[in-house]
Amino acid sequence: MNIVVLVKQVPDSGAERTLKSDDWTVDRASASNVINEMDEYAIEEALRITEAQGGEVTLLTVGPDRATESIRKALSMGPNGAVHVVDDAIAGSDAVQTSAVIAAALGTLEWDLVLAGAEATDGRVQVIPHMIAERLGVPALTGARKLTVDGDTRTIERQTDEGYEVVAATGKAIVSVWDTINEPRYPSFKGIMAAKKKPVKTLSLADLGIEPTAVGGANAHTTVLSAQPRPARQAGTRVPDEGEGGVALVEFLATEKFV
Amino acid sequence: MAEVLVVADGTASGGVRKATLEALTLARRLGEPAAVVLGAPGTADALAGPLAEYGAVKIYAAESDEIAGHLVAPKAEVLARLVGEVSPAAVLLPSSQEGKEIAGRLAVKLDAGLLTDVSDIAADGTVTQVVFAGSTIVTAKANGLPVVTVRSNSVSPEPAPAAGERVSVDATVSDAAKGATVLERVAEQKGSRPELTEAGVVVSGGRGVASAENFALIEELADLLGGAVGASRAAVDSGFYPHQFQVGQTGKTVSPQLYLAIGISGAIQHRAGMQTSKTIVAINKDDEAPIFELADYGIVGDLFKVVPQAVEQIRKRQG
Repeated sequence: MNIVVLVKQVPDSGAERTLKSDDWTVDRASASNVINEMDEYAIEEALRITEAQGGEVTLLTVGPDRATESIRKALSMGPNGAVHVVDDAIAGSDAVQTSAVIAAALGTLEWDLVLAGAEATDGRVQVIPHMIAERLGVPALTGARKLTVDGDTRTIERQTDEGYEVVAATGKAIVSVWDTINEPRYPSFKGIMAAKKKPVKTLSLADLGIEPTAVGGANAHTTVLSAQPRPARQAGTRVPDEGEGGVALVEFLATEKFV
Repeated sequence: MAEVLVVADGTASGGVRKATLEALTLARRLGEPAAVVLGAPGTADALAGPLAEYGAVKIYAAESDEIAGHLVAPKAEVLARLVGEVSPAAVLLPSSQEGKEIAGRLAVKLDAGLLTDVSDIAADGTVTQVVFAGSTIVTAKANGLPVVTVRSNSVSPEPAPAAGERVSVDATVSDAAKGATVLERVAEQKGSRPELTEAGVVVSGGRGVASAENFALIEELADLLGGAVGASRAAVDSGFYPHQFQVGQTGKTVSPQLYLAIGISGAIQHRAGMQTSKTIVAINKDDEAPIFELADYGIVGDLFKVVPQAVEQIRKRQG
């Protein structure tokens, strides 16, 4: 069972994040960049499956040169190697374009299963797994809180608003996972040392047979017109509870017509 | 006037989700709203009343067990075919997990412009999106057909009675779209509370609630206010409340009229999911908790004293 895990380098969601004022793309240069948190759960799940059933785990990322740091960090968890699609022309691409690049890169690899985080903490769009599935003509099992791989059958519990759905597919499939699926391991010292020597193959758009005019912000299907900080919320009244806090709260709610 | 397709989303209990009524309201700015119902046979008739009441001139009904029995891909396939036939000005969907997934597939099939988590649409098709945990407001436009997912609680649904003429649509699905089979749907949600992302009032509990049993207190207050129950990641990770009720960066984004954060410190992870709420109230025993920085009203105190007292007060007022 060979598994490819999609990994994205994102600006740390715990720090301030901004858009660049010239092209309204994410300011990745000044941000503190980390592996998208949800992807660590996908890596963990891939490692557990291959540890039990054999096979290799390969990471796939699309991003600028500096994504290399995040690839090495992700490799330290245990995957065998990585593929890094890097090309200046990709900058500013939208999800539709990015999915074409990822789908083409997956076409160069041998895999039985693709795992991904259910969403990235920067865009939070949640659409990439289905877009890739659409392009490759394989099933997508998304939003998994549990994954079972039994021979050729992949079954997930898909989290829904009402509860969950049990969804199954046969053969090659793309599965996206939530952070409820497992607890990712911390890289060991040995893992960190080994990660430095693991193969990271870089691919350009030319390697994938994609024209530069098919990607990039200038050719995107959507255009950002403006971006501005949302006015910060002002702290309002703060009262200590001196025995009548609940009464004061309900008075406030009544003034605001919620009670 | 060009049609604007609004993909309707039904609730488990058979009604139309508020997000769909909001989308119909926004669609009127762009053209003539036409609802699209994709589901098992009988779904369109069940939803027809409210769809017509909120402005659907037509209701395209694509109904088959194959659509209901497989994940997302059949819906996108049928929808893409319909778009080809009616050439709409835009396609609007709810910003739910499934809504976004259908939208993503549709955008790939049609090479269209995908705009997700939209909170407002202008007549010229310019949309407003709130990004980065509610810290940044973006305006954007699609080049070509806009495929737009609309965030809940973006606009007040306004009735605008229309014909709601039923138009049956070819619901055949290719084998390629039937790869992900739904074997079982399991309901876990208790009671009849409003859906978290659509509720006008959300009462959330955090680590301070201290146990799953204590969440009964949060539920009691939510029920008195007619609200939904939410939970912080810390509460969910501690097993106090199920994951589908998690509000925050890795959970749901909510924007209710009133948000009560109880025993929640207000880490950025949580703020990401609730800071566009209209009124925020916080109860926390730590007066330095960051949640107070964004609360319109905060009580520094023990939630186990404050909440029961508030519950008693509301009961008194409600007689």
